[in-house]
Amino acid sequence: MKKSHIIGILVIAVAIVIIMSSVGDASTYVSFGEAIERAEDGDMTKVHVVGRLKKDPQGHIVGMNYDPLVDPNYFTFTLVDTNRVEQQVVYYNPKPQDFERSEQVVITGNMQQNVFVADKILLKCPSKYVEKEIQQNTASL
Amino acid sequence: MINTLIGDIGHASVIVAFVAAIVSSYAYFMASRTKVEASGDMSWRNLARGAFYVHGAAVMMVIFSLFNIIYEHRYEYYYAWSHSSNHLPVYYMISCFWEGQEGSFLLWIFWHVLLGFVLIKSGKKNNVWEAPVMAMFSFVQLFLTSMILGVVIGDLKIGSSPFILMRDFMTDAPVFAMDPNFVPQDGTGLNPLLQNYWMVIHPPTLFLGFAATLVPFAFAMAGLWKGKFTEWVKPALPWSHFAAVVLGVGIVMGAYWAYETLNFGGYWNWDPVENAVYIPWLVLVGAIHTMIAYRRGKSGLKASFILVIASFILILYATFLTRSGILGNASVHSFTDLGLSGQLFAYLAAFAVLAVGLLVYRWKSIPTTAKELSTYSGEFWVFIGAIVLCLAAFQVLFTTSIPVYNSFMGFIGIETNIALPADQIAHYTQFQLWGGVAIAVLTGVGQLLWWRKGDKGSFLDAITLPGMLTLLFASLIIVLSKLGMLHETMDNPVYIILLVAALFAVFANLSIILSLLHKKVSLSGGAVAHIGIALMLIGVLFSSGYSNIISQNTSGMVYSREFPDAINRDNVLLWRNAPVEMDKYTVSYHGQFQEVEGVPGYVNRELLFPTADEYKAIARGQIKSGDKVYFETGDTLDLLSPENTYYQVQYKEREGDKTFTLYPRAQVNPNMGLLASPDIKHFANKDLYTHVSSVPDPNEEKEWGDLQEYEVAAGDTIILNDYVAVFNGIEPVQQVPGVVLEPGDVAVQADMKIFGERKNYHAHPVLMIKDQLLGRVPEEVADLGLRLTFLNIDTENNKFKIGVNATQKDYIILKAMEKPFVNILWIGTIVMAIGFVMAIVRRKDDGTPKNATAKPTPKRKAQAA
Repeated sequence: MKKSHIIGILVIAVAIVIIMSSVGDASTYVSFGEAIERAEDGDMTKVHVVGRLKKDPQGHIVGMNYDPLVDPNYFTFTLVDTNRVEQQVVYYNPKPQDFERSEQVVITGNMQQNVFVADKILLKCPSKYVEKEIQQNTASL
Repeated sequence: MINTLIGDIGHASVIVAFVAAIVSSYAYFMASRTKVEASGDMSWRNLARGAFYVHGAAVMMVIFSLFNIIYEHRYEYYYAWSHSSNHLPVYYMISCFWEGQEGSFLLWIFWHVLLGFVLIKSGKKNNVWEAPVMAMFSFVQLFLTSMILGVVIGDLKIGSSPFILMRDFMTDAPVFAMDPNFVPQDGTGLNPLLQNYWMVIHPPTLFLGFAATLVPFAFAMAGLWKGKFTEWVKPALPWSHFAAVVLGVGIVMGAYWAYETLNFGGYWNWDPVENAVYIPWLVLVGAIHTMIAYRRGKSGLKASFILVIASFILILYATFLTRSGILGNASVHSFTDLGLSGQLFAYLAAFAVLAVGLLVYRWKSIPTTAKELSTYSGEFWVFIGAIVLCLAAFQVLFTTSIPVYNSFMGFIGIETNIALPADQIAHYTQFQLWGGVAIAVLTGVGQLLWWRKGDKGSFLDAITLPGMLTLLFASLIIVLSKLGMLHETMDNPVYIILLVAALFAVFANLSIILSLLHKKVSLSGGAVAHIGIALMLIGVLFSSGYSNIISQNTSGMVYSREFPDAINRDNVLLWRNAPVEMDKYTVSYHGQFQEVEGVPGYVNRELLFPTADEYKAIARGQIKSGDKVYFETGDTLDLLSPENTYYQVQYKEREGDKTFTLYPRAQVNPNMGLLASPDIKHFANKDLYTHVSSVPDPNEEKEWGDLQEYEVAAGDTIILNDYVAVFNGIEPVQQVPGVVLEPGDVAVQADMKIFGERKNYHAHPVLMIKDQLLGRVPEEVADLGLRLTFLNIDTENNKFKIGVNATQKDYIILKAMEKPFVNILWIGTIVMAIGFVMAIVRRKDDGTPKNATAKPTPKRKAQAA
């Protein structure tokens, strides 16, 4: 067998390992229902959940608590997933600063003892890059 | 007054540039035909050249128009309104220019024009390449200018014009219905995170790198097309080096910007936007290696074709990923979706099909050598190196493309929900780290075999000394780490392997340079670049692998709800003026500061009396820096960046007396909330990286407690919220900050002294009679959380009424970490760049295809987030 063939086989083998392992490492977007099921099955892999903050009819966020004076590394909030399931989420980090204005929240983590422990929060803000409002001061001509 | 002229000029120039690109690519295509070439007919070529010059001139006109719109604050244009503002200094206006997608396309187009001019010029003598290469260039320009064309034909929108007027962009805004000539007074400003000097030079560098990858690609395509399967390598090689060094330096600049400006605690986050550029760079570097191997050993031509083409297609793929909006939830920072995804895909697909098609069509005609490479030849190991680079690129590509798979499956009607790995850093590191090990070993082995041609015996001779030095130094570093050089002993076997491999690369390449010293030093570019890469690996290893968070919450006030332990509590609460022990430092927070024009450093906000114009403030006291007085009380000061607050954090070594002060920054942005940026203390052996992770919202009005009234006479002592205060009396004042006193107005101030924990404070609340009315200017002592108001004077009894409100004391939540030896990473980058430049110089001069070098490789591994 020629050397180049051996190398070719090795390259293919490594590529397969890369693909398999990447597929294994890939996470999934799930609902809280599925996240709970996974935890009950003892599956502690981390998942992504997409949701919105729970708000009362006046549009105020409910179920959110961050009191840095008590513990700066504890932030909790309630997220409503796309199936409208509510779940308390705990994040052992300071509250992301633009949290309240986010339209959509993506969290990564898993369920532990009835709370979802998030280790990453990604915020989608409605106007992060494009601003739609225009201040109407005085018209200057 | 709306100036539509400049926008019309700009838009017309875009159209001219687009049409000229069509003409130029067609004419160059015609000029490249064998019949025309053989006949010596220059008319097609001259037409094409002319068209390209027109194209270039039009592009310059577009750039001038767009910059004029930004520079003159023409907010009737959406681009100026959404990316700039009145207070932006000129150097940041340059960054506004490419903050938007359109401007960054323009930047890319601009570099292509410049490179095209260089190629036309250098092709004058030997013009066999000009026509086919420039046909490629013009063809690319055709696609790129179409991105900013902004023409609507029926329902089809082609490109997004940067010259769109506000009223055309926001047709729904009621203000334009009322007054179509409305011009906003100010823009919404440049994203504050981009207001950084690196953002002035990082994008042009990166786009120059993007543009430069087109040159080797165009040569490769020309070679395939014209049947010059071997000749293209020589002119393409120095350009490949150029592209690789510019792109590599551009990537590291971006990493440094992220390190300095963002607060995720590192320089590389494996974000898709970062990966998108890293992938083509790896492949391009692989291509350089196969091309060099071909120049010496005549094998590897097909691989060179594949890799050169792949690197350019991957650049287009990167463009598609970051600009089409396909990344969606997967990335924190991608461009706004301008609805160009169809056009971007067409751009990518056109070149992918063209290049792959041509390659397949010509595949059989590409000459190959039948001979097997010997295991003891340098070329063999150079190939292995290129393979490792490509596998590393493939790994990043496969994972980064996950959002694309979802979109694709959605496109064909299958719902999928795969997401990027939950722990991306661990995911990428498990492969890239081993890639780094392989690359480091290969640079050493490959280089030794390359220069010491020959057999097993001489190779073993050559490897002995570097090998011994490596083991010696590796042991030394491990012992030193045990003795306290790092915060922990270096005992992770994987990290030790990487260290050994990288050290071996350094010593092996060093031995090459030494042996070349008395031959021809100019040949050692490759060895220098490889040392740079090895140093970068070492820098990454220490700064990320041994990053140490020192702001662990040690107060004992851990407040456990669900899980008592097992959670890293990496943030510490610092009350103003209350020191906290942290690692070997005593850390304390001393208030909020701002930047003032003409004063070095920062000025305490307590000295600044705000005015209606947020960019102006009035000095409440002398503004000093060191012993020099810059402003006197009552002077009007210009604030450079009122949205930025700098939090003074003092570090004091507990053993030893060294103290230093850091000013981590937070900025209030109406669109993005509060953005924190770190301040970094650089030591020779580490960086101390500090940022605030939370602060009380500066926009929120402070909640003051109930007003307590005290009736005092001069000399009385009172207790204010646990602090002892002495009322010394009152004195008339001539000036009250922010108030114009007319004749007949009277102002007096109370003189109070408050004894704080650390120092004493003087407070001077003012009471005045202006226009027959009582006015009060309270004074706040932010350190103590007190506000004093001079309420009234009882002239009969000579008593004075002082009101006091208390509030919660100011605090910050802080995160601090050490990054050991991060300097080695930056030094390594510079060394790598020097090596590349040496290789370019030599490849440019070098006519004969003899020995060669240059084999850089990256690998910036993850850092703990």
